[in-house]
Order: sequence, then structure tokens, then C-alpha cells
Amino acid sequence: MRISPKKSQIIAKTLIWAVAVIVILLLIFIMAYILVKGLPTLSWQFLSEVPRDMGRSGGILSTIVSTLLVTVVAVVVATPLGVGTAFYLTEYTREGRVTRIIRFCAGALAAIPSIVYGLFGFIFFVIYLKLGWSVISGGLTLGVMILPTIIRTSEDAIRAVHPMYRDVSYSLGGTKWQTIVGAVAPSALPGIITGVILGIGRCVAETAAVILTAGSALRMPTSLFSPARTMAVHFYILAREGISMERAYGTAALLIVFILIINVAANILLNKFVAKGR
Amino acid sequence: MDNRAKINIKNLNFYYHDHQAIKDVSLDIKYNEIYAIFGPANSGTTTILKAINRMCDLIPGTRTEGEILLDGKDIRSPDFNITELRRRVGIVFEEPVPLPMSIFDNIAYGPRMSGIKNKVVLAERVENSLRMAVLWDEVKDKLHSPALRLSGGQQQRLCIARILALEPEVIMLDRPCAALDPISTFQIEESLKLLKERFTIIIVPHNIQQAARVADRAGFMLMGTLVEEGDTDQMFVNPREQKTSDYITGRFG
Repeated sequence: MRISPKKSQIIAKTLIWAVAVIVILLLIFIMAYILVKGLPTLSWQFLSEVPRDMGRSGGILSTIVSTLLVTVVAVVVATPLGVGTAFYLTEYTREGRVTRIIRFCAGALAAIPSIVYGLFGFIFFVIYLKLGWSVISGGLTLGVMILPTIIRTSEDAIRAVHPMYRDVSYSLGGTKWQTIVGAVAPSALPGIITGVILGIGRCVAETAAVILTAGSALRMPTSLFSPARTMAVHFYILAREGISMERAYGTAALLIVFILIINVAANILLNKFVAKGR
Repeated sequence: MDNRAKINIKNLNFYYHDHQAIKDVSLDIKYNEIYAIFGPANSGTTTILKAINRMCDLIPGTRTEGEILLDGKDIRSPDFNITELRRRVGIVFEEPVPLPMSIFDNIAYGPRMSGIKNKVVLAERVENSLRMAVLWDEVKDKLHSPALRLSGGQQQRLCIARILALEPEVIMLDRPCAALDPISTFQIEESLKLLKERFTIIIVPHNIQQAARVADRAGFMLMGTLVEEGDTDQMFVNPREQKTSDYITGRFG
């Protein structure tokens, strides 16, 4: 049977629309479900008190603080390393064996399941470096985990910079470093920040890698060397051990709200920054 | 006009991998003249400009032979500072490329990189450069708005102003009006005629008529070879070489 071009056009359009609608509905459904189940649990007490009785009562303040600390450590470690690697790959070296090897490794690292990072972090940071289950072990492990993402997105962003910007900067008497700082980096910054935000999202949401490296202690962390339980780990434990489904949903809802806030804030910042140049 | 040479090019050969783009070219460019290097596409005109301020060093797989002297000094000798060379010999590219920042920051980019931080000095440089490039009156009220919002003709004059802010000695322009309308082209040509009082100018025009309109002297390039050079008045009326005559009269191109 032959389908006329006009008909195939209509069929294709309908199919693509249907797929898009299904995906969007699915996403909205998941978000709405968690928010509807979780938001009623949220209260000032829930946000401002430390958990009591294994999380059955009290709040989740210590897990919020732990999440922030672990994420900050990860981002502070991974951003300079990742962005530096990206600039090295794009600006300081010609394409060749070395760049291929680095890129292959970064690609492979990106595809490794997070529990493997957890295992690595446990053996290397927790045991070998004797950092114990701590904020710093968890943060470093997450830093290693998000490194490939940051390298990849930064590299793409730097490559997307108008090639003439470099020529213009050199022709105005710029050195290589001045050219990178003055002409390349500002144009690549939005893309680089996008990569870092993706990394933050993964840190905030990570469970497997953190539970093995930061532990699951409910106490408020007092230093980078205290054990910590992040929000994601907290609701995983609440749900799995049947402690309180209600509170698990509450924590999950808050996590979603956090991620939304980070994304929206980053978007606003980026638009402001980009608008200055255009 | 000062009759000494500002730039001497002696037996210049240039290669992109195995392809020879410039074949044994020798020519002198004098102080305060407008010198046009013209010819059909891929004749090596742009390559000569890029060799003069060593922008070609940035292209992998290229090789230069011969001598290029700026005020008698070999620009390719190891002790010749390359960033200083590019400040002294500025280049305006065919496509106007404002950096994605404000008009002011675009013009101040070069001076800032040379280490000037004083705001008064920078503001003065920016104003003077914009005036010389005949753009000041159009942009003086929006110096801090993005340069990418300017029209094509304004962007190209911005690029000229950006070079002028370096206080260069030589200005090279590579088909600066190729993408511009006749009015913008006229404005740029008029400003070039004023600028030659203070600078030495080398232009690769996008057509022969532009060479005839603005240049004092010109060189005709074909397939990497310098076919003929001389005063524009003489060359466009009474060329010595048959090939020049054929090109000027439009027999090929």
C-alpha cells in the first residue's frame, strides 16, 4: 500500500505531537503527584527543626544543610578542574592522541553508574585517605562524578564561540591568555554555567554515591569531616524502611522545589548576563 | 608624502601545506599612502595582509619565507614582539565582528590589553577613535549599549575605530566594504582619505573601482604573483601588463 506524501506528512505530524504530549503529561504528572503528596507536610517546623526519632517527627534541617554542604564541596572541586580541562582541550592543545584519550575517558566516566562512584569514593576517600564517612568524602566523590558533565558542556560551549572572536582579540594585540579571558570565556560562560547547574542537579539528587561516602547520620554536621545525611538519602531511607511515607514525600517535594529554584535563578542570571552583550 | 618605505616586503613566499599562496612577491609601502593590493579571489591578497602582522602564524600548517621589514626591522626575527607588532599594524577584517560587549568596551579592548587602566585616558581614546572613524556622532549617546545592535556599516566603522584606538602606525583593511551598501562604503572611503594623513594604509578592495577611488598606489596580484604595481593614476589608465589590462577591463575576473 502506498501512502500519499500528504497523508504521510499528517501521520508523522500527529505521531510527533502525540509523543511530545505524552512526555510532557508524564513529567507534569510525576511532579504534580509528588508535590500534592508532599507539600502538605511542609511547614516551618519541618524546615527548621532537626529530625527526631529517626525522622518520624521533627524536621529535616540537618539534611538540608548536609545537601548544601556536600553540593558546595563537589561544585567547588569540580568546576575549576572541569572548566580548566575544557580550556586545555580546546585552546591549549591541537587535536591528537592526548585529546582523544582525555575525551574518551571523560565519556566513559560519564556513563559509569553512580553507585560505582560511591564504591570508589568509599575505598579511596573514606578508607584509604581516612576521611571517614563525611561531608568532604561525599563532596569529593560527587565532584569526581560530575566532572565529565562539566568538561563536556564547557568544551561544547567554548567550541561554539564565534571563531573570529579569537582572531579579533589577537589582532588587537591580545596574548593567548588575554584572548581566553577577554573574548572567549565571556561568550562561553552561559554554556559553562549550564553545565555546572546540571552538575548541581545531579549532586542534589544523588543517593547511591552519597550513602556510601557521607554516611547516613542524622545529626547536624558540624564540620566538613562530620558524617552527613543528604535529603535524597533521607527520603530514600524514610521510604525504604517504612519510617514515614508522608515525610519522604515532603522531603522529595522540597527537593523538587529546590531544583526548580536553582534552574529559574540560573536562567535569570544568564539572561541578564547575555543581555549585556546583545 | 614621505618617500621612505614604511614596509619592505622582499621575496615573500607563503605556503599553506603544499600549496604556495604567495610566489616571490617584493613590494614597498610608503609612509602615509593608501596602497591597494587587488586581484581576483584566491590571488594571495588577504594572505599578504595576514603575513604582515603575522596573523597567519595562528593557522596551522603554514610556512613563510622571505623578509618583511617594518621601519627596517625584520618582523619575523625572534626578538620582535608579536603583540606589539599587531598593535603597530592593525587589521580590519572583511566581516565586521564586534565582540559581544558594549561599543565602549569594544574600542577599549585593545588599549586595556596593552595595560591602560586609567578611565580618563580610555574615554579619551574611545572618543578620538570614534571621531576619526566618523562614527562618534551616531553612537555618542549609546556608548554602553551592545555593539552588536549597530548596523553593518556602523559595525565596520566600529572595527576601524577599534584599530585606531591602538594608536597604530599601519592600518590594513581586508575588503572592508564587501558587505556594505554604497552609502556606508562612501563614508568609510572618506574616512580613509582623512586617516592617511596620520597612518599608512593598506587596503584589499572588494572591487577595482574602489582601488581606483581611494588608493595612491596599487599592486595587482594574480595566482600568488605580483603582476604589476605602480601609481593608481597610471595603472588604471595605462597598465603596462596585458594581464592587468585584461583584468581591469573585465575580460576575466
